[in-house]
Amino acid sequence: MAATTSSAEQAAPAADRGPGNAEGREPERDAAGLGRRRAAAFVAPALVLVALFLVLPAVWTLYLGATDYRLTGIPAIDPSFVGFDNITKALGDESFLHSLRLTLLFVLGSAVIGQAGLGFALAWWMRERSGWLRTTLEALVMLAWILPSSVVAFLWIAFLDRDGGTLNELLRTPGAAWLLDHPMLSIIVYNIWRGSAFSMMLYSAALGNVPASHLETARLAGASGFQQLRDVVFPRIRGHILTNLLLISLWTFNDFTPFLITAGGPDGKTETLPVHIYKTALGSGELGYGAALSFLMLLINLVVAVIYLRLLGQKNRKKKTRTARGRSAEGARGSELEESA
Amino acid sequence: MADITLDRLAKVYPGGVRALHDLDLTVRDGEFFALLGPSGCGKSTLLRTVAGLEAASGGTVRIGARDVTELQPGDRDIAMVFQDYALFPHMTVEENIGYPLKIKKVGRAERAAKARRTAEELGLGHLSERRPGQLSGGQQQRAALARAMACHPQVFLFDEPLSNLDARMRLEARTFLKKLQRELGVTTVFVTHDQAEALAMADRLAVMEGGELRQVGTPTEVFRRPASTFVASFIGSTPMNLLPGRVTGDGTVRVAGGELPVPDEAAPLAEAGEEVVYGIRPEYLSWSDSAADGAVSGTVSVVENLGSAQLVTLEPEDGSSVQVVVPEEHEPAPGTRGWAAPRADRALLYRDGDLLAARAEAGTAAAPLS
Repeated sequence: MAATTSSAEQAAPAADRGPGNAEGREPERDAAGLGRRRAAAFVAPALVLVALFLVLPAVWTLYLGATDYRLTGIPAIDPSFVGFDNITKALGDESFLHSLRLTLLFVLGSAVIGQAGLGFALAWWMRERSGWLRTTLEALVMLAWILPSSVVAFLWIAFLDRDGGTLNELLRTPGAAWLLDHPMLSIIVYNIWRGSAFSMMLYSAALGNVPASHLETARLAGASGFQQLRDVVFPRIRGHILTNLLLISLWTFNDFTPFLITAGGPDGKTETLPVHIYKTALGSGELGYGAALSFLMLLINLVVAVIYLRLLGQKNRKKKTRTARGRSAEGARGSELEESA
Repeated sequence: MADITLDRLAKVYPGGVRALHDLDLTVRDGEFFALLGPSGCGKSTLLRTVAGLEAASGGTVRIGARDVTELQPGDRDIAMVFQDYALFPHMTVEENIGYPLKIKKVGRAERAAKARRTAEELGLGHLSERRPGQLSGGQQQRAALARAMACHPQVFLFDEPLSNLDARMRLEARTFLKKLQRELGVTTVFVTHDQAEALAMADRLAVMEGGELRQVGTPTEVFRRPASTFVASFIGSTPMNLLPGRVTGDGTVRVAGGELPVPDEAAPLAEAGEEVVYGIRPEYLSWSDSAADGAVSGTVSVVENLGSAQLVTLEPEDGSSVQVVVPEEHEPAPGTRGWAAPRADRALLYRDGDLLAARAEAGTAAAPLS
């Protein structure tokens, strides 16, 4: 609320000063003719909401992470400031490192390899096909994507159940306890199933941008399917691939749904970071430590994002130098723009 | 080097659209051959079927002595240049040119040398490190040609090679392509919808309509003696005058209010009282300001300047219209009366859309290939 009042106060004197002063002339520079102050006043409500519900909690988490705040006991009433103790504790904490390793495995297996791979395979397969098979497949893949997590989790528990689970019926392996014997594999397969639709759609759109004549040129040269992918398709959709990997990596990294299926078990074998933090903060009540772990997770997310963005940026930088070199060609700029778009 | 032989080649798309109807065609060794027709006539499908990008539904394609009907495009020893040139944007010009060689597992050094040599031949030597995005349209086309040439295929296929160039470049490229083809001597088939382009570049051409070949012949044959009214109206920058008329008993045709002599070659076939179409190109009508025998007369309604001549639209009393190319020494004014007499050896008679001709010149004009 403080922000609104202050911006209103700032706006008022500006209006009082009238149109004659120097700042009153500013409106000429923007399309709506509002001027900086009045424009700021319009943006203010949204900024307040962002500050209130995004920035404040983030800062609050940072603060909590530096305390020994707990759900119960004395620190719940009177938390004390512990500085970086929680962070150093986490970095030496085997259960944290264990769940970090699990998370990386989960991201690598289910997102980077699984979803992106299967999504691309589906998109590539559907490229030149139509008819009921494609429509059905598309609908099924999409369905897995749009169903609510709670429903999906229940479906998978029923699917993998030891007694009378669908999978055991299909494979005729009664009594196989998938969630107990192969818990990590189960949630990886689950997440591939769950999230491939996004990659499929993104790659379908990307493949639509690969001109048929380029593929045909490669075919006429005698290129195999793999060579066509390597020489024509992947270079063309590199940006799409990186963007997709960035998104699905982050989503998978922060995905909490595995908890609904395995609850992090058995014996912590599927305790990915979000689950670990949940258990630490709310299960054991160590809110301060949990907040510190959240902060670490945020940092890891940032690192992942920065890596992808740099890879994306490399392409753009290369292009810039290329454009600088080729000044004479008139078509250059147009096609560069087309590509970056 | 090789010729291309199509034997009863058919293409039916899923869904039952017949794009090609049992075509027979031979493109001779070293020939520059044009496939010409309006859009949707099947010319591109024909080219793509020869390339192997579309599978034939029936019949065979032979290149030289080999039956390639069942072969993959990469095994046919052909190269194709697409309308959009299909240069790979992430590769330099040199890498693009060397790409087919790379697929054929030619070593890096040899590949680079060959690519550079081909680039030099086409005047791209100084651009070999550029990327396609940095080239002009004409340069891109040359790069695409160089890529096609680099692995010395037996056949070149060009899909609308000039249509992405602006008008001036197009004329230049036309001459360039024809010269290049002559020098290389490689059998070349190109597709175009532009009759002027086909007439100018091709050694022989085929006019297609509705998945069938309407006429195959040299540009001169096809221009002078179109085998059907369709070909007649499609070929030529100024469309041929096609005037409905009736054959009279005394060796003339009543056309547009005038009486014109029946062309010699049609005379034995034209029966008195028959409904025919009299075909004469505007270029083959001679203009006169005064009454003349064996001419149609009418009122000048439009005069279009063609530069060195004028295209005059004449309206005879019966409501038809006749176009005449008038040389620059005459200056007919709209509203005045004029006479146009056909050059006897260029007049044609069509019955039911087909040319009436007693002697089949070079075996092409009388019977359209089907």
